[in-house]
Amino acid sequence: MGELQIKKQPKQYDAVIVGSGAGGGMAAYVLAKSGLKVCLIEAGPMYDPAKNVTQLKNPWESPRRGASTKFRPFGDFDACYWGWEIDGEPYTKKDDTKWDWWRARMLGGRTNHWGRISLRFGPKDFKRKSIDGLGDDWPIGYEDIKPYYDKVDRLVGIFGSVEGLENEPDGVFLPPPKPRLHELMIKKGAATAGVTVIPSRLSILTKKINDERGSCFFCSQCGRGCTVYADFSSSSVLINPAIATGNVDVIPNAMAREVLVNREGLATGVSYISKDDMMEYQVTGRTVILAASACESSRLLLNSKSQRHQNGLANNSNVVGKYLHDSTGAALGGVLPHLFGRKRYNEDGVGGMHIYSPWWLDNKKLDFARGYHIEYWGGMGQPAYGFGMGMENLNGKYVVNGKQKEAGGYGSSLKEDIRYFYGAGVGMAGRGEALALESNYCEIDPNMVDKFGIPVLRFHVKWTDHEIKQARHMKETFKEIMHNMGAVITWGGDDGPDNDYGLESPGKIIHEAGTVRMGSDPKRSALNKWSQAHDCKNLFCVDGGQFVSQADKNITWTILALSMRASEYIIDEMKKNNL
Amino acid sequence: MDRRKSIKALVVGTVSAGVVLEACKDDKKAPETNVAATGGDKQFTLDRQPIEVERYKELTSKTFFTDHEMATITILGDIIIPKDEVSGSASEAKVPDFIEFIVKDMPQHQTPMRGGLRWLDMQCLKRFEKSFKDCSKEQQMEIVNEIAWPKKAKPEMAAGVGFFNLMRNLTSTGFYTSEIGVKDLGYMGNRPNQWNGVPDDVLKQYGLAYSERELKECISFDKA
Repeated sequence: MGELQIKKQPKQYDAVIVGSGAGGGMAAYVLAKSGLKVCLIEAGPMYDPAKNVTQLKNPWESPRRGASTKFRPFGDFDACYWGWEIDGEPYTKKDDTKWDWWRARMLGGRTNHWGRISLRFGPKDFKRKSIDGLGDDWPIGYEDIKPYYDKVDRLVGIFGSVEGLENEPDGVFLPPPKPRLHELMIKKGAATAGVTVIPSRLSILTKKINDERGSCFFCSQCGRGCTVYADFSSSSVLINPAIATGNVDVIPNAMAREVLVNREGLATGVSYISKDDMMEYQVTGRTVILAASACESSRLLLNSKSQRHQNGLANNSNVVGKYLHDSTGAALGGVLPHLFGRKRYNEDGVGGMHIYSPWWLDNKKLDFARGYHIEYWGGMGQPAYGFGMGMENLNGKYVVNGKQKEAGGYGSSLKEDIRYFYGAGVGMAGRGEALALESNYCEIDPNMVDKFGIPVLRFHVKWTDHEIKQARHMKETFKEIMHNMGAVITWGGDDGPDNDYGLESPGKIIHEAGTVRMGSDPKRSALNKWSQAHDCKNLFCVDGGQFVSQADKNITWTILALSMRASEYIIDEMKKNNL
Repeated sequence: MDRRKSIKALVVGTVSAGVVLEACKDDKKAPETNVAATGGDKQFTLDRQPIEVERYKELTSKTFFTDHEMATITILGDIIIPKDEVSGSASEAKVPDFIEFIVKDMPQHQTPMRGGLRWLDMQCLKRFEKSFKDCSKEQQMEIVNEIAWPKKAKPEMAAGVGFFNLMRNLTSTGFYTSEIGVKDLGYMGNRPNQWNGVPDDVLKQYGLAYSERELKECISFDKA
């Protein structure tokens, strides 16, 4: 390395945004559309689902037939770059606790990965403490965010159905797709168990909404990114149009190191290291907006120590990094024997489920605090690595085309078995609300830095009885639904107290939130109700970090709405010369 | 409506952007943008990060199985998935090449495969004084039949049963993710479509029907 220098980018921006996922993409979009000059810093490369294509590929186009690698943990065709482990960017855990941390490194961030499940928080989800005494209420209510949910629905597009359920507010919906065959069976089985089933709510365009984006052509591959932009990803729906205004400079492969502040303690910009040339840079702006993911944003704040902010930036309250929580998850699956030997047709549908179950019970009558929703899958999907395995556990148990066979085997008979069982699989998973606790946190590990010399995060997260009992309830419910459908459980049915009823370790559901939470009391929160730091008025955090709690709803839609709301607030405050 | 026409109708009917035509044209030909995305490596029709291309080159620059082992894998593969009236064999679908790649990509398979192949050869050597690949078809099937049926295999053959399970798994998955295998299975997706719900005859077969509300509110398309 030659002389180490810090290169200062000469341009002065109105906003420097760190991270290009749902929160950063929305902020860039709203600010750029209003004429403000934006610099968007992203730790990964540029990415465009129309150009970086894995959609409509056949399994044999991947030498590993779609199996996962550390570069694509959800499989070789998945759009998302990186995931659980990134070379040279470690994280650690404290006291034998568990936390799995997903990090996307690409334009659009984790919006390239998720299932497009787009649920609004309901009125109760903002006021949980008032209901059950646990955690905290948000400083805002549903009525504050509703107009933004409506705007996000129209801007991004979502399908669903108007149901009038109290805590599952309806949106501005495109028509949903009809249920698939196994989904019709699930509907019946769930109804018998008293479980509500309604059309899913996914940000996929079943109808065209503008000239920039196409409509869904039902290949079921949203996870691969959509070449016609018929689903939501931050790059295709927000960042591309933001760049088209001429007001946004995107700096890819830039790993943020610190938020810079002046003597008065106000943010002046961001310093970063370029992964392309390993040089150090600084970029300056009137405001700094963090959207690097809940944990990365808190890491950045904790690493931004200065004379005025000795405990890290925006951290006089000492809550940054705390209240970290993920959704709970537990799953179970099996086969539907009446679907053996089924007729073939194209049932790909949209990417993901066509139906789901919103939380249908009252926790006052249960032994755990918060609810969960159920996601379903099954049917005749594209075969990938793993398909056809484990026949020895299946083909001796059922009569195949009228013949009882011995388990295992080979030859034409094995081929017949694989064809016979194809498309009969079915499964379901719960996604529930965990309590946001001060004792669950990430902090700076004093002993370790990443390959850029940036101190890394150390996690300390533990489930409580509330989450474990919720997982038990999930499993009981799933078993009942499976039984009612006439399905045979082949996995996930034997979980018990020894393994917390199959409850996934925290982090696994990839809904990290809570580490830079908002609140009315500056002593107990990092941000005010406008996603603005109590201690630094030109600093904002618009990702999952700001969440007080995260309901049992996938958090993306609420990140989009909150980021839009914060961005409009920034524009207003700038007009009033308050920023 | 044939597939090509339906793609055209979808594209022309719903989308104007040029990238769409590129993306939806014959999926066997990769759009040029993909090649750019993979650092000019035409090996891939998929978007690849540079580090993934590197990893692929590193894996394929090495050979894991010996010629002897590959010959054995090929024979076993075609016993597990032979040509039948519906489709071709494992070797016709290049399953042995897939197995060579996957054990390099997933090193956890290396010892069970290598050791299992040697176990098989040793059994044959003791019994027939030849390695498996040089045994007669009858001799090969004699030993295969002792390890192919987990429930009725003798306890002393457990190691062979474990190996054959792995071999069956890798062969089946390699075959049914190949072009020949996907066609055999009758998977009809991975192409632009208009989802109109479960076909009427299938609904009838299972005694199911869409509700009036579903028929009214869900997206539907004119049947061509």
